[in-house]
Amino acid sequence: MHWRAEVHVALRPGIADPEGQTIGSALRSLGYASVSEVRSGRLMRIAFEADDHAAAQAAVEEMCRRLLANPVMETASWDLRADEQQDADEAMP
Amino acid sequence: MTVIAGRPRVTVAVFPGTWSERDFAHVAESVLDWEARLVWHTDADLGSPDAVVLPGGFAHGDHLRTGAIARFSPIMGSVERFAAAGGPVIGSCNGFQVLTEAGMLPGALMRNDHLEFRCGWQWLRVEHAGATRAWLGDLADGELIRLPISHGEGRYVADPATLNALERDGRVALRYSDAGGSVGPGSNPNVSERGIAGIVNERGNVLGLMPHPERAAEAEVGGTDGLRLFRSLERWLQEQPAAAERRL
Repeated sequence: MHWRAEVHVALRPGIADPEGQTIGSALRSLGYASVSEVRSGRLMRIAFEADDHAAAQAAVEEMCRRLLANPVMETASWDLRADEQQDADEAMP
Repeated sequence: MTVIAGRPRVTVAVFPGTWSERDFAHVAESVLDWEARLVWHTDADLGSPDAVVLPGGFAHGDHLRTGAIARFSPIMGSVERFAAAGGPVIGSCNGFQVLTEAGMLPGALMRNDHLEFRCGWQWLRVEHAGATRAWLGDLADGELIRLPISHGEGRYVADPATLNALERDGRVALRYSDAGGSVGPGSNPNVSERGIAGIVNERGNVLGLMPHPERAAEAEVGGTDGLRLFRSLERWLQEQPAAAERRL
């Protein structure tokens, strides 16, 4: 089965985020005076294959642990969905 | 004391995007009359060196995180085994970042607090030379040295428990300071936690530092304090029977 994972990597709470702070001050200087905080992060969309939902979940968890996030300063979360369109395309004769 | 037969041999790892490997090799060969060997990151054969260098640069474009992809290069398994056997390893700048990503040193290096790339001469205070006799044996605690820095992501971070353990165990080797030896916000070029510029592993054979010792090894380029790390290694190697035996 084909799967699509949307992985969000964010800085842990308490880790200084100078990029987020700079974006926040840029927004305030554009007139969005009510902006009190911006935290930056990274979004990765991953297309892959796995036998079932449990295997797909385990695969994403492992990708995050081994490479995508550094637990010293980051956390990872993800949304996972079956790519039914891709499965249907490949099933066509 | 056993005197080693022949010149020290150093292997310098080269990743796609590394930029300091030739400076290290130049210092080793032309300034110190050592043997230097550049080894591409896909090669797991280090060539029986006396020491391994992970140089500065932007391995794999620094994509994802600095050092995050380099740590999986085939050469890194060999570097980890070399270090586990007590072999001296130095990671400078990007090399320090690779060492933390590989878990060979604790913590991480993040984007400089002010988002600026900082390039210039920096004073450093030697905090605990005994933490790594191999790399700092010729220096004294409290001594000031001056080395170039050149990085955008050198802000050392670790959780408080890790920082406290590093301090307690004397593994903070170098701190950013001013010319008078004071450590504080005014002398911290990237806002590293506790002004940390270099740390060592528990065994004391792996040193990671953001500054560039290889860029301060000849008076013509403005300073020679970096040479003292190499001289420390040379003296340390001469005192190691194991190093001599490896050569026989």
